[in-house]
Amino acid sequence: MPLWLFFFLGTLAVLAALGVILQSNPVHCLLALAVNLLDVGVIFIGLGAVTIGLLQIIIYVGAILVLFLFVIWLLNLQAEGFSGYLGLKFFGAIGAAALAAELAAIFWRAAPISRLVTAPAGQGSIYSLGRALFSDYLVAFEVTSILLLATVVGAIGLARRIPSSAGQFERTGAGVPKPGET
Amino acid sequence: MLIELAIGALKAIVIVLLVLNLTAVLLWFERKGSALIQDRIGANRAAVLGMGRRLGLPNLGLVNTLMADPLKLFTKEDFVPEGADRFLHGLAPFLALFPILITFAVVPIGDVLQIGAQTINLQAAHLDVAALYLLAVIGIGVYGLALGGWASNNRWSLLGGVRATAQMISYEVALGLAFLSVIVTYGTLDLQEICRIQGGVWFGWLPRWGILVQPVSFLLLLTAGMAESKRVPFDVPEAESELVAGYFTEYSGGKQAVFMMTDFAEVVLAAVLITLFFFGGWQVPWLYHDGFHFPGPHGAFLRLPNYAVAILQIVSFWVKTVFFCAFQILVRWTLPRFRYDQLMRFGWKGLVPVGLLNLMVTALVVVLLGAKY
Repeated sequence: MPLWLFFFLGTLAVLAALGVILQSNPVHCLLALAVNLLDVGVIFIGLGAVTIGLLQIIIYVGAILVLFLFVIWLLNLQAEGFSGYLGLKFFGAIGAAALAAELAAIFWRAAPISRLVTAPAGQGSIYSLGRALFSDYLVAFEVTSILLLATVVGAIGLARRIPSSAGQFERTGAGVPKPGET
Repeated sequence: MLIELAIGALKAIVIVLLVLNLTAVLLWFERKGSALIQDRIGANRAAVLGMGRRLGLPNLGLVNTLMADPLKLFTKEDFVPEGADRFLHGLAPFLALFPILITFAVVPIGDVLQIGAQTINLQAAHLDVAALYLLAVIGIGVYGLALGGWASNNRWSLLGGVRATAQMISYEVALGLAFLSVIVTYGTLDLQEICRIQGGVWFGWLPRWGILVQPVSFLLLLTAGMAESKRVPFDVPEAESELVAGYFTEYSGGKQAVFMMTDFAEVVLAAVLITLFFFGGWQVPWLYHDGFHFPGPHGAFLRLPNYAVAILQIVSFWVKTVFFCAFQILVRWTLPRFRYDQLMRFGWKGLVPVGLLNLMVTALVVVLLGAKY
């Protein structure tokens, strides 16, 4: 990837990230986040990790952010101003300062761009990714997938309605106003 | 360098124009075809200076659907409802259409064409993980519908948007499973390579098309592809008896036309995917790079120059694609609409388990037989 393209995509990613936190409408924030994640996917592709980049777009932009959108709709979140809580501002400032310090340390310690080495040919292709996931790190991969499966089962268990009351709810139609009642 | 750039641009433009024109022709086919099915006459009003009638020809409605209707749509008032999010309301139709159109960038419409010293790969962009690219881009297409529904500030629109989003991400799972079975079978994600693998014959005469080894996957892709295009029987997002017009209730004129075009482009996309994965893509039975090798005891051989082979391949690809577009339109005018809960149950409890089972059987066969397709 040429350097100018990297700087263009990097700037776009930062602008989109700013859009996530500076806008007040939750749907607009979500769109900015989608642009940001899409952009990071494109940066991955530009750096040769085509598979990772496309998977990032499929999973984050195509699935997870759509779920975010559903949550925004279901909770009926509206545009709101900045929070007035002093405590939130105080701890937020501390957190931001810590992150800024970390970023500065990374920049200070990182190798200059001229000393970066390019990845060997084939690195980041679907073959190398498949080899890494399903032979080199097979145990870690399987343990992670079992963990995710357990999370999914747990979430379903929590979200499940109790059968008896659920049946009654549907049969009597409780909560639905009868004609003329309201 | 410059020539390659020009060829690349030309390929991209030709493929996009082919798809856009096909959507318009499908609109005509939908109107006249549905009239044929329902024993009506269909579009037959507009004509250029009454030419057809003067010559005694039947009015096929071509002027109606290809010129008068688009002209009418694009000159209508572009209405934005009060309280709507103006920016997103305007952006949404294009956000829906654009991802569908760029999927065609990786679709191979033929093998290679030799012109002088130039060898042209008849595919706008060659990508070795094209199948992943398709899934990624189809996934982005959801946002146009979701935001179109949300930005309209109308409850019917929002409900339509929610339904469209839920339906599309549900059926994308089945679509992805169908893709996976196909990829495991062929052992590659490169669409051009998938088409090449399907060349040749079995038993000396049977074309090696994917439908013969992956029939279940074919049915999955056909169903999920039709569900992705949100047309009857899967049209609950725009069910007019429940939601007025769903997510595009508050759209008029050109933007409405763009949403309609998106639906038809998705029909074309589904047909293209079916053709590529299961019907040999651009393969013509018994046609090889040097000409026809007919099956039979004497094995007749017809030598053809490279450009003739390329033209036959392109024609073959579009004939198959148009056939499956027509099939989808036939289905659309034959089946009644699913109810929303039926649609969800069918997707999650019908297609997804079948897809998983098909993937497991495919993987098992490939591993046990060490099968190379």
